[in-house]
Amino acid sequence: MGSRSHTDGAWSERPVQTRSERYASANVGDFDEPTGREVDWKLTPIKLVRDLINGELDGSPLESQVAVAQPVDGFSLAWIDRTDERIGSAGLPEDRASANAWSHFDQALAIDITGEEPTGEFIVSRSGLGTVARAAHTVITAAPNSRGILVLENSGDARIAENVEIVVGEGAHVTVVTIQEWNDSAAHLASHFAQVGRDATLRHIVVSLGGGVVRVNPSIHLSSPGSNTEAYGLYFADAGQHLEQQVYIDHEAENSRSRVKYKGALQGEGAHSVWIGDVLIRQSADGTDSYEENRNLVLSEGTRADSIPNLEIETGNILGAGHASSTGRFDDEQLFYLQSRGISEEEARRLVVRGFLAEIIQQIGAPAVEERLTGAVEAELTVTV
Amino acid sequence: MSVLEIRDLHVSVDTEQGAKQILRGVNLTIKQGETHAIMGPNGSGKSTLAYAIAGHPKYHVTSGSIVLDGEDLTAATVDARARAGVFLAMQYPVEIPGVTVTNFLRTAKTAIDGSAPPIRTWVKDVRTSMENLRMDKAFAERNVNEGFSGGEKKRNEILQLELLKPKFAVLDETDSGLDVDALKIVSEGVNRAKENTDLGVLLITHYNRILRYITPDFVHVFVAGQVVESGGPELAVQLENEGYDTYVAASAAAAEAIASAEAADAAAGVVASPAVNA
Ligand SMILES: Nc1ncnc2c1ncn2[C@@H]1O[C@H](COP(=O)(O)OP(=O)(O)OP(=O)(O)O)[C@@H](O)[C@H]1O
Ligand SMILES: [Mg+2]
Repeated sequence: MGSRSHTDGAWSERPVQTRSERYASANVGDFDEPTGREVDWKLTPIKLVRDLINGELDGSPLESQVAVAQPVDGFSLAWIDRTDERIGSAGLPEDRASANAWSHFDQALAIDITGEEPTGEFIVSRSGLGTVARAAHTVITAAPNSRGILVLENSGDARIAENVEIVVGEGAHVTVVTIQEWNDSAAHLASHFAQVGRDATLRHIVVSLGGGVVRVNPSIHLSSPGSNTEAYGLYFADAGQHLEQQVYIDHEAENSRSRVKYKGALQGEGAHSVWIGDVLIRQSADGTDSYEENRNLVLSEGTRADSIPNLEIETGNILGAGHASSTGRFDDEQLFYLQSRGISEEEARRLVVRGFLAEIIQQIGAPAVEERLTGAVEAELTVTV
Repeated sequence: MSVLEIRDLHVSVDTEQGAKQILRGVNLTIKQGETHAIMGPNGSGKSTLAYAIAGHPKYHVTSGSIVLDGEDLTAATVDARARAGVFLAMQYPVEIPGVTVTNFLRTAKTAIDGSAPPIRTWVKDVRTSMENLRMDKAFAERNVNEGFSGGEKKRNEILQLELLKPKFAVLDETDSGLDVDALKIVSEGVNRAKENTDLGVLLITHYNRILRYITPDFVHVFVAGQVVESGGPELAVQLENEGYDTYVAASAAAAEAIASAEAADAAAGVVASPAVNA
């Protein structure tokens, strides 16, 4: 089998409803069990994650599985009750896995960013989640004018459906990075909901390297004037891995700005990546400036990269809106070219992949994390099928 | 003094219908500082010769050898050949997504020299070479060959030639697709390399015009996978005026003679050699 790439425009895969009309509810009973034909499930191997979508989930708090690398001024962490007023402030589930997680979690992890001076990154790690199907909920609150880089790291075994809420206060400028380095058999279905305040910036970065089925869907609502987001993603799918991200940018307020850039590499039989980029520019969002982009680098035969940008524009009065999507192959001729300049085969592959993905890694802004991820990406290359 | 020797080289290429014989006994000896031009009709095997010298994995040497300064490179890897001093400027340079020209050049230079070039002189060398080739600074930060025009790709090949400083360079139709100004600029680049490093050149071309800038010491006529005639620069002029017809006809007649001799041999029970048979 060869490598396949699929790029559809909005015109060919028009959803039944526009994104603004998609149903939202926190109650799992309000959603039908997906058949796999729905627009938001059709590229996901739902057979492998039915337990997370439809089954009972263990919602007990992950107190012993969550660890903080070291305390950092301006960050705090606590477990809060499901009745806490912060819960539900950033958005509501739009699919059944998300609603299932919402219906089952007992307590939520609350992370507050309050520091106004830039500090070191705050790293929250989760591991040892075992193989029981779980639900989790996280609420990240960035106080007005706060600054900070929050890194959520995930490793080990897991079967987890979860929601992550991110509320960015007026004038805040924060980076939230979620890194998935699960074991090969892990399944992870995550929905992120963000509300970005007036003149605030959310930098949101999804890095998926490990896991069997990993689906991280960020919905970022630019709901206040001058709100801004930069949404980046990096994935490296190897044999048998399914790495998916459905990114939704909702331009509600005027003069809002978004930049989306996801880059992925694929290598090995059955490596599958999915990127769906929905951008909605509402009638109320005059002066919007938006651009989204997905680039895939195919390193071997037998892979599949789905890349689907959707742009809906409801106002004519915008600064700019565009999208780009491409899937390129690293093939024998490229290898020959690099080798003919004295570069060894191993170095040639490393050069290409590192060069391709470095642009995203560099966005994190935390040198130690960047260095570790560069190493992790290079290690992916040596995984042979 | 360095010498690159191509000895009785037979090469076949993998095709969907199986192996196809293309080179049928090429002999060439190129000394340091010499320029050899190769001219021949489309499909005669010129690029195949270039790829075989560089070690492209699709092209298989079925007999003969490629020897650099007494060292047999016939079985060497592509990168080992490059490190030994062989450079190929390709007819169709490949695009490398995700790798900037700057990064690529530094990595290649480090691989060829065995250690990273001293940063200050290297940056200056790159800048100077790019200026000489009238390449805009912006190319340094672009991905290798990605979105380059045909002529820009050719300049980028010569940029690498100048910076990597090989002993021998095979230039496969580096002149094709260049406008008159670009042809002059690229030729000057090759001549600088010849002057600075006493480069030996194997220059594949269809046109005499590049030979007005890069003067060949020898001109070889290449037909049906072989060198069928060698001479001085005057041969290029003759080829441009008269074409390859007489050589092609002679080569076809010779092939026919061999084929019928073989048929006779076969009738007499002699097994034909696979190289001719293919
Ligand atoms: N990879 C390949 N697969 C199949 N056939 C090939 C391949 N490479 C070369 N050939 C064939 O070998 C013959 C010689 O090709 P080659 O490219 O060496 O010719 P050339 O002399 O460089 O021609 P041109 O002047 O058009 O560049 C042609 O008939 C070509 O079709
Ligand atoms: Mg050719």
